[in-house]
Amino acid sequence: MTGLRVVLVDDHRMFRTGVRAELGGGVNIVGEAEDVDSAVAVIGATKPDVVLLDVHLPGGGGRTVLERCATLTDVKFLALSVSDAAEDVIGVIRGGARGYVTKTITGPELVTAIRRVAEGDAVFSPRLAGFVLDAFAATDVPAIDEELDRLTQREREVMRLIARGYTYKEVAKELFISVKTVETHVSAVLRKLQLSNRHELTRWATARRLV
Amino acid sequence: MPQSTAPPRRRLYRASDRRIIGGVARGLADHLGVDVLWIRLGFLLLIPAGGCGLVLYAVFWAVTPLAVSETSSRPAQTRSLFEGESGQAVVFAAALAIGALLLLEALGIIRISFALVLALALASAGVAVLWRQVDDAQRARWLGGGRPWVRIARTLIGIALVVVGAAVFLAVRGDLSAARDGLGATLIVVAGLAVVTWPVWARLVRELSDERRERIRSQERAEIAAHLHDSVLHTLTLIQRSMDDPKQVAKLARAQERALRGWLYGQADNTGTLHAAVERMAAEVEEAHGAPIDVVVVGDRGLDERLAAELAAAREAMVNAAKYGDGAPISVYAEVEQDAVTVFVKDRGPGFDQDAVPDDRLGIKHSIVGRMQRHGGWAEVKSIEGDGTEVRLTMPIAQPPRTGDGRRSEP
Repeated sequence: MTGLRVVLVDDHRMFRTGVRAELGGGVNIVGEAEDVDSAVAVIGATKPDVVLLDVHLPGGGGRTVLERCATLTDVKFLALSVSDAAEDVIGVIRGGARGYVTKTITGPELVTAIRRVAEGDAVFSPRLAGFVLDAFAATDVPAIDEELDRLTQREREVMRLIARGYTYKEVAKELFISVKTVETHVSAVLRKLQLSNRHELTRWATARRLV
Repeated sequence: MPQSTAPPRRRLYRASDRRIIGGVARGLADHLGVDVLWIRLGFLLLIPAGGCGLVLYAVFWAVTPLAVSETSSRPAQTRSLFEGESGQAVVFAAALAIGALLLLEALGIIRISFALVLALALASAGVAVLWRQVDDAQRARWLGGGRPWVRIARTLIGIALVVVGAAVFLAVRGDLSAARDGLGATLIVVAGLAVVTWPVWARLVRELSDERRERIRSQERAEIAAHLHDSVLHTLTLIQRSMDDPKQVAKLARAQERALRGWLYGQADNTGTLHAAVERMAAEVEEAHGAPIDVVVVGDRGLDERLAAELAAAREAMVNAAKYGDGAPISVYAEVEQDAVTVFVKDRGPGFDQDAVPDDRLGIKHSIVGRMQRHGGWAEVKSIEGDGTEVRLTMPIAQPPRTGDGRRSEP
C-alpha cells in the first residue's frame, strides 16, 4: 500500500517541512497548501487519496475546506491539529474528516493513520475518544434516534481502551476480537459522531465554546 | 467574553423603535415581557398619585440608555415623533399632558386656561423634540451615520418651542402677580435650561461609564500581553539557551504547552475538581521526571477524601511509569462513571515481572494497592515484559456525578 497520494494542508511552512521529513518515503506527497483557497485548488487538481488537514487555516479553517470539497467523495480527510478544544475536534469530524490526530503523533504512527483513513477506516486519538465518551455520556436524556444517539456497549469499551492509550492492535487483543472488528466499531462510532443530532452532543459542544 | 450566551435584553434599555416619547414604556415592556399598553396605562394611572407617573417617566428616560436596535433598518432621520402606532401614541401623549394639567390644578398651582394649555403644550413638545434629538444623535453616532443638518434643525425647533412656551406661560402668569415676574422669569429660565440640558448631562455620565468599560478592556489586553511575555517568551528564551540538551528543551516545551493550554482552554478556574487535579498532577510528574504524559478525562466531579486517595495512588503510578518507563509516553485516563471513578495509567516502557519484584521494593504494594484498599477501592497492575505496564484504579462513589459533562465552563 505504499505510494498513497497525500496532500498536506497547514499554514505553517516549517510544520509542513517537518511532516514531510517524518513521513519520509511512506507516502507520496503530491501537493501542499497553506490556506483554504489554495487547499481547495490543490485538492481539486491532484485528487489525492488522503488530505492531511490542519484545523486552523487562514480563510475559514479546515471546516470550510471540507465543505468546499464535499463533492470529491473519493478524497479522505485526516485532521491534524494542535488544538485541544472540543469544538474544533468535533467540528472537523462532523464536517466529514475520517479521523483526528494531534501534531505530537510520531512519523510511523502518522503513516499508519493515513493508510487506515485511505482504506476507509477511522482514526481516533485518545483525546478524540475521550470527547466521544463525554458527548455520548450515559445520561437520562432520551435518545431521539436509538440507532444514532447511543453507543453500544462494545463501542463504548473500544472507545475507553483507545482513550486509555491502547493501539487498535492492543484493543483487539484485550477484547479478544480481530483488528478488523475494532476498525468496524470505530467506523461506526465515527458515523454516529457525524450524523447524530443528539441533543446532548450539541449542548455539550456549545457548553465548551469558550471565549 | 461571549455575547451570544447572554439572553437578549437582560439589561433595561429604552426602545429605539416603536416608541412614542422616550421609549421608556416600550423598553420596560420588552424587559418585563408584558404588553406595552399596560405599562403606558400604569404610567398614566400614576399621574394623579402626586405626579408619580410623570416623575417616574422622566427618571426612567434620563437614566436608562437607549437600545441600539440591530433589527431596525430604518435610518434615524425618517422617524417622526408620532410614527408607528400613531393613534395610540397621540392618545398616550395627550393623556400624559392632560393628566399633568389636572394634577397641577388639583394642587392649586394653576388655573387652566387656553393660553396656559398652549404654553405647556409648546414647551412640552419642545422638550420632547430636544430629548429625542439627543437620543437620536447618540444612535446616529453608534450606527456611524446621520445627517448633521437634521439634528441642528431639530435642536433649533426644540429650543424655539421651549422658549415660546415659556414666554406664553410668563404672559399668562404675569397678570396674576406683577411683583413676582422677575423672580418667576428667572426661575423658569433656569428650570427650562436645566430641563433642556439634562439629557446632555445624563449622556456625559453614561459616556464616562462607557469609557471606563473600554479602559477595562484594554487592561485585559495588556494582561494577555503580559502573560504571554512572562510565560511563552520566557520559555522560548530558555529553549534557545539550552539547545544542546534535547531533554531539557522537550521538558520546557511540554511544560509551557501545558501551561498555555490550561490558560487558553480555561481549566484553571475549577481547581477543586477531579479533572483539574489530574491535569495538574500529570504536569507536576512530567516536569519532575521528563516523560510526556497525555491526559484524557471523561466527566468530572468534586474531590473528596476517597478521590484524593485515588489521585495519590495515580500519582504514584505516574511517577513509577516515568521513572522506569525509559521516557516513553505515558497515557493517563480518568473517567467518572455512574458508581465509580476509574483511573488508568499506562506506559510503553519495558514492563516488569511482578512476581520478581521483592516485597520491600517499589511503591506499588503500599502506595498504590494498599492505599486504594484502605479507602474502599481496589487497584490492579498489569505488566507484560517488553510491552509496558498499566495500573488500573477503581474507587466506588456514593453520589451520582454532577453531570456527564461536568467540565463545562461558564462564560
